[in-house]
Amino acid sequence: MSDRRFMNEAVPDKGDRERKSDPSPGSPQQQGTDLSRRTFLAGAAAVMGMFAVNSCTWQEFIQNNFRRMTKKEIDETTERLKAEYREKYGKDFVVGTESPIDGTLFAYALDIQRCIGCRRCVHGCVEENNQSRDPEIQYIRVLRFKDGDMDLEHSDIYYNPDEVPQKGYYYMPVQCQHCANAPCTKVCPVQATWTEPDGIVVVDYNWCIGCRYCMAACPYMGRWFNFADPVIPKDEVNTETHYLGNRPRMRNVVEKCTFCIQRVRKGKYPKCVEVCPVGVRKFGNLLDPDSEVSRIIRTKRVFRLKEDLNTQPKFYYFFE
Amino acid sequence: MQRSGFIVGAVRRLVTGPPVYYVWVFFLLALAGAGITAYVKQLQLGLIVTGMTNYVSWGFYIGNFTFLVGVAAAAVLLIIPAYVYDFGPIKDIVIVGEALAVSALIMCMLFVTADLGRPDRVWHLFPGLGILNLPRSMLAWDIVVLNGYLFLNLFIPGYILWKAYHEQQVNMRFILPFILLSIPWAVSIHTVTAFIYNGLAARPFWNASILAPRFLASAFCSGPALSILLYQVVRRYSRFHVKDEALQKIAEMIAIAMAINLFLLGAEFFKELYSDTHHLSPLQYLYAGVHGKGRLVPWIWTAFTFNIIAFIIFLVPVTRKSFATLNLGCVLIIVGIWIEKGIGLIIPGFIPAPLGEVWEYAPTGTEIMVAAGIWGIGLLILTVILKILVPIETGEFTKSTATAS
Repeated sequence: MSDRRFMNEAVPDKGDRERKSDPSPGSPQQQGTDLSRRTFLAGAAAVMGMFAVNSCTWQEFIQNNFRRMTKKEIDETTERLKAEYREKYGKDFVVGTESPIDGTLFAYALDIQRCIGCRRCVHGCVEENNQSRDPEIQYIRVLRFKDGDMDLEHSDIYYNPDEVPQKGYYYMPVQCQHCANAPCTKVCPVQATWTEPDGIVVVDYNWCIGCRYCMAACPYMGRWFNFADPVIPKDEVNTETHYLGNRPRMRNVVEKCTFCIQRVRKGKYPKCVEVCPVGVRKFGNLLDPDSEVSRIIRTKRVFRLKEDLNTQPKFYYFFE
Repeated sequence: MQRSGFIVGAVRRLVTGPPVYYVWVFFLLALAGAGITAYVKQLQLGLIVTGMTNYVSWGFYIGNFTFLVGVAAAAVLLIIPAYVYDFGPIKDIVIVGEALAVSALIMCMLFVTADLGRPDRVWHLFPGLGILNLPRSMLAWDIVVLNGYLFLNLFIPGYILWKAYHEQQVNMRFILPFILLSIPWAVSIHTVTAFIYNGLAARPFWNASILAPRFLASAFCSGPALSILLYQVVRRYSRFHVKDEALQKIAEMIAIAMAINLFLLGAEFFKELYSDTHHLSPLQYLYAGVHGKGRLVPWIWTAFTFNIIAFIIFLVPVTRKSFATLNLGCVLIIVGIWIEKGIGLIIPGFIPAPLGEVWEYAPTGTEIMVAAGIWGIGLLILTVILKILVPIETGEFTKSTATAS
């Protein structure tokens, strides 16, 4: 497969790029409608407040979709979130809103031949991304297959031997595949989830209405729902966060792998890449022909999961 | 004065009735109260109080929703012969069917709201204020068509009754376009609801073109079956006249719809069994169980048996014409389709999961209580509508009688 074909598939639409590179404060007319929207919603919030069982502030209630926020609104929101997190966890948080870096399209490659099934990626991810420990959420599932079999219905994620890898088995970790033709973003009735220009599929946790349609649409089990208030031990919470990434979530919303957006937009590797003891996880920029993923796609045998569904994942499995 | 006359008259009608009416209303109020209590618990703790998981992320609520969309859509079955073929006996009773559609639609909306994780953010769906993801999201389309259908079903009988209350002639040239529009619209609500599931390539059980036709066929069984029972109740407790031939006509249509439904089921079975791919797994889970797990197996065979028996009852003229067997057939169809189109459709879509795991689902007590509460509220709304609507329709409750009393 050529890089060129892949790039063409995943080129983000122009509007998206313009919006992200310059979160301009909006035209006067926009601000006018915005103001009336806020006034209306503030009133609605006051009424709702009388019945409110879900505890939420009126600022939270009227909060706009991240992609429609002005620079000022983004700043106000992140400040409010930081205060909220400080109160809850007793720590100072960073809530980043870094935009995509121009000329990047992130992709992942995983050496299925050498994965030993140790699940360090699973737990590294939970800690990095502030996943709830109770009820437990883990973005990565490591499937164990018998040699010679790749039937998903025969796979097992609950293997528990004294030592890995086990003879006669091989392992295939599965997480969000960051599809270029993502079925999950298409179905969302409120556009609470979308593909960023750098190819990362994100969720605005404050915009999600919790209908779980995206979970039904995902062929990879890449999405998770907070069925109760997420629990993260105070001493384990990661304070380096991104608005669209690992900031603490709330009850009854969907979340997912973001390729560690809080790290990769600062030039760091995703946590799962970093913690893998055998180096089977590779990550990089598809638009850069010299990046590791580009070279792997060029020189190794690669495949993507469920190609027949035309989801066009940016997650490649490879072997020699 | 005139309006208060209506309100006073309506309230007076609502608080009077035979003892069985009071028992019925208090029963529904108790159901609604239990449901609200359970729902408050769900709001406080999250959807963890339900049996749903990351594997089976839709359950009892969405199952009931799907069944009720069918009931609402089926009002059209009564409109077609009444207005298109000008079949008088049914025309007289269409309005009661529309009342059923309205209460079914309200129950649909309550079920979706109960399933929603963040009902406080429902304004995100309002175009203008929020973002309604049109044209891409089928759920967004469903919101549009369901609300449009609710409007039509409130507006048409509302107009006819307003005229009847004021003892005026209905202007058919004005209202007929709305009536005709409501026919394709009824088809659309069930088609779009089918498309919600149908469009998901991740779920082979739903991703079959036969889904929307099967939805319509089964809706044309359950909705009219419910109507047949309802009409008998209405004519027993009021002066509202329902001709036997109208009920017989509906029963004939149910027989045809059930034949089509069973044929489509057979077609589905053939495709999956003969091709014998992994797409067979959900069907196998539903009808036989996989890996020793098969919680739905007794349910779906119950539904299957009920549907077959009901089909025979509706097909054979003797049993169709006797009210004892006809009513038995209606009950069997309603229960059969409720299982088939509810839990029997939604849950196997998630089993096995896309990565092959088999995680079962069963609704919790809280979930069942919320669902029962919604049924209670819906039937209460239906009772209230009929209590006011029927006397207007029979001419017992008009502007002149309201002001006279």
